[in-house]
Amino acid sequence: MSIDTSSAPVDAGRRLLGRVSSAFTSPKYGPVLVTLVLLIAIFAIGGSRYRGFVSGPVILNLFVDNAYLIVLAVGMTFVILTGGIDLSVGAVLALSTMIAASLLQSGWSASVVIPLILVLTSVLGLLVGLMIHIFKIQPFIATLAAMFLARGLCYVISKDSISITDPVFVSLAQTRISFGGRMSITASVVIALLVVLVAFLVLHYSRLGRTVYAIGGGEQSGMLMGLPVARTKVLVYVISGFCSGLAGVLFTFYTLSGYSLTAVGTELDAIAAVVIGGTLLTGGYGFVLGSVLGVLVLGTIQTIITFEGTLSSWWTRIFIGGLLLVFIVLQKVLTARRR
Amino acid sequence: MNAQAPVVEMTNISISFPGVKALDGVNFRMFPGEVHSLLGENGAGKSTLIKALTGVYAIDSGPADSGEILLAGNRVSFAGPAQAQNAGISTVYQEVNLLGNLSVAENIMLGREPRRFGGIDWRATRRRAVELLRGLHLDIDPGSLLGSHSLAVQQLVAIARAIDVNAKVLILDEPTSSLDADEVAELFRVIRELKAEGVAILFVSHFLDQVYEISDRLTVLRNGKLVGEYRTAEILRLDLVQKMIGKELAILDALERRIVEPGGGEDDEVPLLAATALGRKGSIAPVDLRVYTGEVVGLAGLLGSGRTELARILSGIDRPDSGELVIDGTPHRFRTPRSALARGVAYSSENRRAEGIVEDLTVRDNIVLALQADRGWFHPISRKRRDELAVSYIQALNIRPANPDAIVRNLSGGNQQKVLLARWLAVAPRLLILDEPTRGIDVGAKAEIQKLVVNLAENGMSVLFISAELEEVLRLSSRIAIMRDRRLVADIVNDDLTVDSLLAIIADGELTAVER
Repeated sequence: MSIDTSSAPVDAGRRLLGRVSSAFTSPKYGPVLVTLVLLIAIFAIGGSRYRGFVSGPVILNLFVDNAYLIVLAVGMTFVILTGGIDLSVGAVLALSTMIAASLLQSGWSASVVIPLILVLTSVLGLLVGLMIHIFKIQPFIATLAAMFLARGLCYVISKDSISITDPVFVSLAQTRISFGGRMSITASVVIALLVVLVAFLVLHYSRLGRTVYAIGGGEQSGMLMGLPVARTKVLVYVISGFCSGLAGVLFTFYTLSGYSLTAVGTELDAIAAVVIGGTLLTGGYGFVLGSVLGVLVLGTIQTIITFEGTLSSWWTRIFIGGLLLVFIVLQKVLTARRR
Repeated sequence: MNAQAPVVEMTNISISFPGVKALDGVNFRMFPGEVHSLLGENGAGKSTLIKALTGVYAIDSGPADSGEILLAGNRVSFAGPAQAQNAGISTVYQEVNLLGNLSVAENIMLGREPRRFGGIDWRATRRRAVELLRGLHLDIDPGSLLGSHSLAVQQLVAIARAIDVNAKVLILDEPTSSLDADEVAELFRVIRELKAEGVAILFVSHFLDQVYEISDRLTVLRNGKLVGEYRTAEILRLDLVQKMIGKELAILDALERRIVEPGGGEDDEVPLLAATALGRKGSIAPVDLRVYTGEVVGLAGLLGSGRTELARILSGIDRPDSGELVIDGTPHRFRTPRSALARGVAYSSENRRAEGIVEDLTVRDNIVLALQADRGWFHPISRKRRDELAVSYIQALNIRPANPDAIVRNLSGGNQQKVLLARWLAVAPRLLILDEPTRGIDVGAKAEIQKLVVNLAENGMSVLFISAELEEVLRLSSRIAIMRDRRLVADIVNDDLTVDSLLAIIADGELTAVER
C-alpha cells in the first residue's frame, strides 16, 4: 500500500509526460502545439527586449492589423485540408477592393455593394472549383489562372488608387469597440472571429467539414465510402472565394481605398500562415484555429521588427521563410513516422 | 439453401475498357446466409465484377457495357458506391480504403453520423462505434487515429463500418492478405456470425485453404469470362486450380516443345546466381535458388504465392532481411535495381503499364531508356545509334507498327511487351527476370515471346521465367521452381513433368516429383 502511494505520483507524472509527448509527435496535434509554443516563445522574446510589448493594445492590434489575413487563411485552410491550393486569394482580395471603391464612387449603396462582392467572388470560386473538378486541372494551375484574371480585371476597373468616402465604410473603419484604456478593436476583428467560429463549427460538426478532412486523407477512399467528394471539392473553392471577397471588404475598411496593386503576394502569406498553423500541405490534418495561430505568429514577427525600429521590414520575410522550412520538414517527419 | 431466392443475381454482365474486355457476359448469383468465393487469376475480372456490383462502374454508361443486376428480385442500377451502400451492399476493399487521418469512430460512422441541433453528435457517434467494435470483440479507443493501428485492426474497423450499413451483402476483397493466423481466425468467427444472421458474404482470396475453410459455394472467372459456379464441398482442389489457370489454346500446343539443355549444372560449375536462405519478413520465407548460365528456370505458383516478391528481391527493388545472394562467385550487396543491373540482372515487371513502359514516349525512346540510364545522362546515345537500336529490335522482335516514332500507348499489349523486352535486351543482361511476360497478350505475340526466350538462352543468357500458365513454363524451362504460400516448395528438373504433376504441387504442396 505504502509503495503504491509513493509511486502513484511518479506514475501519473510519467503518464502525463507520455501523453504530452504523443500529442506533440502526432501528425494531428503536433504541428499546432509546436506553433502555440512558438507563439508564446516569440512573445516572451519580445517581452524581454521591449517594454510594453506584452500588453493589451499590442495584442489587440495584432488582430486589428491582420483581420483580413485571418479570413483569407480560414478559406485557405478549407482548400489545403482537401490537398488543394488557392493562389488566387490575394488577387481576388484586390479585385474586391477595386469593385467596392469604384461602385461606391459611382454612388452605389454599401448595403448593395458588400453582398454583391461576396456573391461575385463566390461565383469566381465556383468556376475555379468546377474547372478543377470537371477538367481535372491541377488546383495550382486553375487558381493561378484565376489569379491573373482577377489581377487583370483590377486594371480594367482603374489603374489608379480610388479612395472611399462612403459614410458606412468610413464609420465601419473608424468605429472602435473599446475595452477601456487604450484597448479597442474594430468591427473587422469581430467579423473575422465570427468567420473563424463558423469555420470551426462547419469543419468539426458538419458532414461537409468531415468530408473535407476525408478528401485530404484519401479522395479515392472517401469516394468508396460513399461521401459526396465531387461536390465538396468544388465547394471548398467557393468557400475560399467567399473568404477572399470578405477579406477584400475588411481590407477596404482598413485602408479606405481600392488599388490594383494592393495585396500582391498576400496569397503566399495566407498559405504560410496555414502551413505554420499546422495544416499539412498534402491535406487531411489541420485546424482552423491553428491557422489563426499561424497568422498571429506572422503578425507578431512583424510587430517585433517594428519595435526593433532599425531593421528593414524584409526581415519579416526572412523569418517567415525560415519558419516555413522548419515547419514543412517537421510535417514530413511527423507523417513519415506514422507510415 | 436453393429453396431461397438469390439476394444478388447478375446476368450477362459485360464491361469494357479501352482495348480490354474486362468482363464478357458473366453471370453471378449469391444466396442469403452463404459465403461465396470469387476465384480467378490476375486480370480474370474479379475486381471489375465487384465494382460493377458496388456501383463504382455504372453498367449502363458505356456503349459496350451491358447486363442486369437484380437485388432481392428488383432490378437495380447504382450511380455510385453511396447508392449501393444504401441498398445494402457493403464492401471492404483489398487495400484498406479508410482514412488514416481520422479517428476510428469517424471511419466507422463517416457519412451517417447521428446529428443533434443540426451538427454532428460526437457522443452518439462514439457510442455507436463502440457498440459495433464490441460486436467484433475489438477493444480499441474509438477516439484514436485509425492510422496508428495495425493493418489487421484497420481491416476489422472497415468491416465494422460495412456491418453498420445494415448490409444484406457484404463483399470482402482480399480481407486476409495482411492478417496473421490468429487474426484470420478472428475474422472467420465474425464472418460466420454474420452468415448466421442471413448476410450474403462474397469472399475473395487467393489463399485456397481459406476458401475451402470458409466458403459454401464458389464462382471461377478466367480472362473476363465465367468458368463456372460450384459447391465448395464438391470440387477438388486440383480441379479448381486447373479451372482458374485454364488450358492453353490449340495454337500454342502446336508449338514444338523446345527446352534448352542447361549449359552446366555440374557440381563444379559456378552458378550465375546463387541465393541462400534469401528472405524478407512479411514477404517471402527464406529461399534457396540457383540459376546457371544459359538456362531458363521457370518460376510457377498461384497469384500471391510469392513469385513476384522473389523477383523483386533478386533484382534489388526490395531488400532482403536474411540470407545472401552470390552473383558469379562474388557476393552481391543489395542497394537498388541499378546496382543489380550493373551486375547484369534485369527485371521486367508483371505490371507492364505502371512499372514497365512509359506510355507517352515513342517506341524508340522506350527501347533506349534503360541503356541510356545505364550509360549515365552525360553520355547521350547519338540519334543515329538510337535509330539503329530501335530499327534492329523492331525487326528482331517483329514489333508492330514497325515505326520507331509510334507512341507506345497506342500499341497492343503484346507489342508493348515486346518494346519492354527490347529495352532490357538492349542493356545485354546476363540474367533476365521476366515476370508474366505473356499475360494479357494475344496468342501470336505470346508464341513469339516464347520463341525469343528460347533463342536468348541458346545464346548464353539466363532467364528466370515467371508465369501462371503452366504449359508455357513447362515448354520453356529446363528447371522449375514452385512457390506456394510465400515459400519455395519445389525446385525440379523438367524432364518428365506434366501440367498435372505441377498442379498437384501448386495445389497441395506435395513433393510428388523428385527434388533436385
